[in-house]
Parts: sequence; structure tokens; C-alpha cells
Amino acid sequence: MSDPIPYRRPDPATQPPLDSPAYGSTHKRHPKQPLLRIPHTLTETSAPRFDASRYPAHADMSQVNGKGALGERIIVAGRITDEDGRPQRGVMVEVWQANASGRYHHPRDQHDAPLDPNFEGRARIFTDDQGNYSFVSVKPGAYPWRNHWNAWRPIHIHFGLHGAGFAQRMITQMYFPGDPLLDLDPIFLSTPDKAARDRLISKFDLEITKPEWALGYRFDMVLRGREATPFEKA
Amino acid sequence: MTAATAHQTAGPYWHMIDFPEWADLLRAGSGNEGVQGERITLMGRITDGEGAPVADGMVEIFQAGPDGKYEDVFHGFGRAATDSDGVFRFTTLKPGPVPGRGNAMQAPHIEIAIFARGLMQHLVTRAYFEGEALNATDPVLTMVEDPARRRTLVAKPQGDGVWRLDIRLQGDGETVFLEV
Ligand SMILES: [Fe+3]
Repeated sequence: MSDPIPYRRPDPATQPPLDSPAYGSTHKRHPKQPLLRIPHTLTETSAPRFDASRYPAHADMSQVNGKGALGERIIVAGRITDEDGRPQRGVMVEVWQANASGRYHHPRDQHDAPLDPNFEGRARIFTDDQGNYSFVSVKPGAYPWRNHWNAWRPIHIHFGLHGAGFAQRMITQMYFPGDPLLDLDPIFLSTPDKAARDRLISKFDLEITKPEWALGYRFDMVLRGREATPFEKA
Repeated sequence: MTAATAHQTAGPYWHMIDFPEWADLLRAGSGNEGVQGERITLMGRITDGEGAPVADGMVEIFQAGPDGKYEDVFHGFGRAATDSDGVFRFTTLKPGPVPGRGNAMQAPHIEIAIFARGLMQHLVTRAYFEGEALNATDPVLTMVEDPARRRTLVAKPQGDGVWRLDIRLQGDGETVFLEV
């Protein structure tokens, strides 16, 4: 059997370092020893198969049992490709977020903002053959955290992606255009490369927007590509 | 070429995507019902640089089936939250040896991914099984020259099919994490 084609290693400037001093929780949690770079084996190039029959899709966070959540209804849509622009089909996308008031439906979130009985804040979708996904939600609110004095997270939606190799597994956050908190947020700012950072900011999109119903935001994501592409024509 | 999207921390409030049943890879509806193999529990405790438990962690595992194949007859994915003491626990079947690169054979192992507040990207490590003959020649284990560090990748039997691998994020006894 031939060896699996490894995934490309990221340019470190395009990824946030584990040791990000401005984000206090990294202090005691980042390894001090260098990571051991291993050649990719089947363990890294295979991935769990998430069958929609066992992992049912749920693409509408904007209501519970037909009752609408409070807040500004939004549609988030985008395309998932690899670094070579190839659409990634069948990617399981997990989504979670705070409600419009900036409160998570989560026992440990004690922020003094109202819970919404009609908002749970989670979705699960799969990309289609062109790598496209979309879901409906409400725009989340900003929330305080205790990282430093008067610290507020910019409004964001958490995304978890399951690609075709376990080495592609990733969790990220989508931000919103024009948020003044972005320039103050140690988590957003931890990625050194500005272009890589700015790709975490969704774009308002009139094509996705539905008249009389919801604003649309586009958020495209890129998974690691393969190192060699021997089967492609030059 | 566009670089891969930047990782961001899962943060402390990821439990909306916690489905506690996923920690049991043999649960009804898993697709693994009827797969023959040695039933095991893989558990461990995750601590930080001060020895404090990581109580908000999300742990994922990915493994081959007892036949040494990925996602053939065995669905090898699990997810578990750490408890207030930093402990995670999975019920699964012991994986078989998996081919490595070239003609190498990898010892049975379970890939582990750790997500948490304070982790800008998830950490990846592996659980091997103490006493496996193939451990001596495994291509990943043999990359770790220091025997004490190598032991951070090897789970120990606790009896009754329970295998324990504690994970130290930082400091004394720091786990070997993999750049995959
Ligand atoms: Fe958040």
C-alpha cells in the first residue's frame, strides 16, 4: 500500500501561538516543550465518518419549537475549500454561540444578561458537493470576560470543522464586520498575520440576505491542503 | 493558494456541543454494535502547569478498530468533557496495529485531541498501551528519545480493562504533544 499524502504544515504567522501572553488562560496551559513533528500516517490522514443519519443536521438556531428567538435574525453561509481551492464536501460543521444578549445557554455562564427560552445556540450542518453550508441564527451579543479590566469579547460564532483527515480538525471563531472590540481582543489579535486574522471576519452579503426576513453574512473557511498533488496536471 | 483558516480557542462555553453519550463508542446507535473486540475504558486526568485540574476541557479521540482499520467496521470517534477533577473517560474497543509509513507497523494507539479555554489550537497526543510488543518499534514512540518523556504517551492498565493516561499540559512530566 502506498503512503498517505501528508497535509501541508501551516505558516506559523497564520495561526495563533499556543503561548499568547495577552490571553491569560494560556499562561499555565501551553506546553513549554516543542511539539514533536511526526510524519503523517493513516491516523492523521483518516477521519471519522459522520453519517447524517447518526449525526442529524440542525440548521436553524433562530427558533425552538416554532417560537422565535429574540434578536436580529441572520443567515450565515459560506464555502469550505482546502488551501488549493478544492471544495470540501461532507464536512461536518458544528456551530455554537451566545444569544442576542451575550449569554450562553450554559450552566457556567453567569453573565448578568437574560437567557432566552427560545434560543439554545447550537447547530450542526454538512457541506454539500460544492463545499457550501448555511444556517439560520440570531446575531449574538458581546459578553464580558475577566481576562483584563473591562474586557469584552467581540461578537462571534464558534465553528468546529471535521474534514477528511483528523489532521484537518479545527475549531475557529467567526467575527462580524465593523466590530470596535476586534482591535482590543487578545484572542482575535493573537494571530500575527493580519490577512489571516481578517479572514476570520465575515462579510455582510446582500445575496445571502433575504428580503423582509434576515440579514446575510458570508464566512468562507479553508482547511489544510495536501503537501503533494501528484495526480494533477501541471 | 489561501492559507488555512486560523484556529481559535474553543473557550469555556463549548458544552452546547457536548453530547455525553459520545464518550461511549459502543453505545446503542453508534454503529459499533456487534463489532468484536476487547472492551476497554480509556481514562485520565488533565492538569495544567500548576497541577490544577483542567475542568473545562473537551477531549476527542480517534482510533482504528480491533482490525487495525479506520472507519471500516468500527466508527472510531469519541468526545468527552473533563469533570471537575479534570478527568475524562471513554468506553471503546482496543484498536489493532495500524500500518505506518513505508513498511513500518504502528503499535495500537488512540489519537487524542484536547480543546479548552486557554488553548489557542487543540493539542494532539497519543495513548499507547503498556506491554505491547510493537511499542518498541513504533515509528512515533521511537522518535521520543527520553524514556521518561516516552512514558507520557503510554497508558497503564488499572485492572478490569481500564487504561489510564494522565495528561500534563505544562511543566514537570509534561506530556509529549504532537505537531500533526
Ligand atoms: Fe464565545
